[in-house]
Amino acid sequence: MYNPISYAFKKAKSEKRPALLTYTVAGDSSKKQSLEILKSISKKVDILEIGVPHNTPVADGSQIQTSSYRAIKNGIKVNDIFKIVKNFKKFDINKPVILMGYYNMIFQYGENEFLRQCKISGVNGLIVVDLPWPENKKFANKCKKKSIFFIQLLSPTTTKNRLKQIIKDSHEMIYFISMLSTTGGKLKVSSKEILHNYDKIKKINSKKNVVIGFGITEKTIKSLKKADGLVVGSAICKEITSSIKKRQNPVTNVYNVVNRLKNKIK
Amino acid sequence: MKLKKGIPVIDQCDKLGFWGGKFGGNFVPETLKKPIEDLEILFNKLKKDKKFINERDKYFKNWVGSPTRFIKLQNLTKHLGGAQIWSKVVSDANGGAHKIYNATVHCLLAKRSGKKIICGDTGAGYAGKMLSMAAKKFGLKCKIFMGAKDIQRQQPNVKAMKKNGAEVIPVYSGSQTLVDAVSECMRYWVANCDKVAMCVGSTVGPAIFVRICGWSTSQISRELKIQLVNEFGSVPKKLKLYNCVGGGSSSFGFWNEFMDYDKKQCEFIGVEAGGPAKSRKHAAPLTYGSKIGILHGAAQYVNQNTDGQIEETESISAGLDYPGISPLHCFLKDIKRARYTSASDEEALNAYKLVTKFEKLRPSLEPSHAFSVAIAESKKLSKDTIVVVNSCGDAYKDRAIIESRLGKKYV
Repeated sequence: MYNPISYAFKKAKSEKRPALLTYTVAGDSSKKQSLEILKSISKKVDILEIGVPHNTPVADGSQIQTSSYRAIKNGIKVNDIFKIVKNFKKFDINKPVILMGYYNMIFQYGENEFLRQCKISGVNGLIVVDLPWPENKKFANKCKKKSIFFIQLLSPTTTKNRLKQIIKDSHEMIYFISMLSTTGGKLKVSSKEILHNYDKIKKINSKKNVVIGFGITEKTIKSLKKADGLVVGSAICKEITSSIKKRQNPVTNVYNVVNRLKNKIK
Repeated sequence: MKLKKGIPVIDQCDKLGFWGGKFGGNFVPETLKKPIEDLEILFNKLKKDKKFINERDKYFKNWVGSPTRFIKLQNLTKHLGGAQIWSKVVSDANGGAHKIYNATVHCLLAKRSGKKIICGDTGAGYAGKMLSMAAKKFGLKCKIFMGAKDIQRQQPNVKAMKKNGAEVIPVYSGSQTLVDAVSECMRYWVANCDKVAMCVGSTVGPAIFVRICGWSTSQISRELKIQLVNEFGSVPKKLKLYNCVGGGSSSFGFWNEFMDYDKKQCEFIGVEAGGPAKSRKHAAPLTYGSKIGILHGAAQYVNQNTDGQIEETESISAGLDYPGISPLHCFLKDIKRARYTSASDEEALNAYKLVTKFEKLRPSLEPSHAFSVAIAESKKLSKDTIVVVNSCGDAYKDRAIIESRLGKKYV
């Protein structure tokens, strides 16, 4: 299946750098502004992850929680998120977009209808934090039929046997959680150890594009450069929060953060 | 979807942890898959291990104080003139509520797994208080997550936790009540599952926690069955078991041993928190027909909006103030083994007034919900009907609320 996500990794590889993935919450701080942020960072970023905010997240740290609550308070609905993606794709059709969220939002929308809307609006991949393997097998297959990547998550606690099975069932992109943490935790293990675990995954199947996320900031990104891709989320959500506090423009400030991140892995 | 006779309900889930094919499961981040699997293996092994069962029973008997009393509420029965009203005084248990059973078992499991720290959530503060007691007893460090709003309204239990050496971590996110405490506790476990054991305070959460809790609180009905036989010679022909339902741990434990009886003989009545009479908010997903959704790792009936955001609840009772409900109860509702209804804040307070007026029993606001429905229905029932209400908590923790709502003389 053709998917612009694969192309984004190819392009990054040809430039001898990891792909840069950013995570922002849809509707943070407003529907309009979250679209502006996506547009402004789009030229620096290889793949855009857009968070579907949920009010009982079991894997998110305080930064992403704050962004999510803010977005929900400002009235974001699932349909608005599809609109944001659609409008963004009008601006840059080739930039891959991944929606990331919790299963209840998909379950309430209806799996099939959710995927239909993903297809219409131009979503290229899905990360569902609380739908692990093997529970996700059926849904992952549905995604595949629509040429949408279902992105499996792996963690340092994933056993070797399980790693093999999940990788076998995975699509072209895999998300490796760097450490035992919620999102935005301080990197509490060395980058050496993270890369060691990363290598274990690559050894099982070197063709899969493996991105590393959780705990990645301007300070830590360079040390993990050898990965296929790196995800920065909480650091960006934090920037939005502090921009609002300082009454500065989140769009420019987030662009600056992303620009600095990109320069560090060039 | 059917109840299988002769198999404990906690073991009637499928391989993926679903009861009736759709309630429960393990909707958890990948990081928790391994620790959950480890806990499953340990629990499945130990619950068949005679030595472990003996150890549990020893602590239940000598430390928790089993059996708790089974008493007739003579004056209340006379006043109402209907069914015989009895109470299983589970608040006799060490610490003053049923939460001690689950806390004890989780600490025993943590010891076996070699973990030195245990974390838990709490709403009314009972689950936290009991976990802090058990942790102290078994030499474990203890961290309790509690909503900031609950910390304010359940001070006596907060003090008790701190006295037992537990660290009480206030949760400021969302509605600052139980739902947020459970989320924060699970997040803490995600980040520390290599060193820390988690105790979920009710029959909620990923399937293994539902099973462990149900297995632990079933002590209540094991005792009750013996007490009924001692009192009446056999399990009565017309028995009605009333229990409040928040997450559903005390009610499940109160009913478990009677599961295989015909419901015409042993009827189960679960009473949810209907919230203030004038408010549209409630904590009664079964009564009000909430849709199935995912909350804290399990599929269940849950208060939510059409998008799937979990809705805020409202109840005078912190212990029932939870938007979801145990998968076990969703299952029991759908197969019609149990009947569910609700009582409002005001109805619970009135029941508290009536019970304390006639009896030397001070049920907390949670069981007062169950008393409310039991009182209303008993009037219309025959004199040979045996109504038993689980008085699963003591009102000591509710002093401040009761004083402000009913006045000093009721405290």
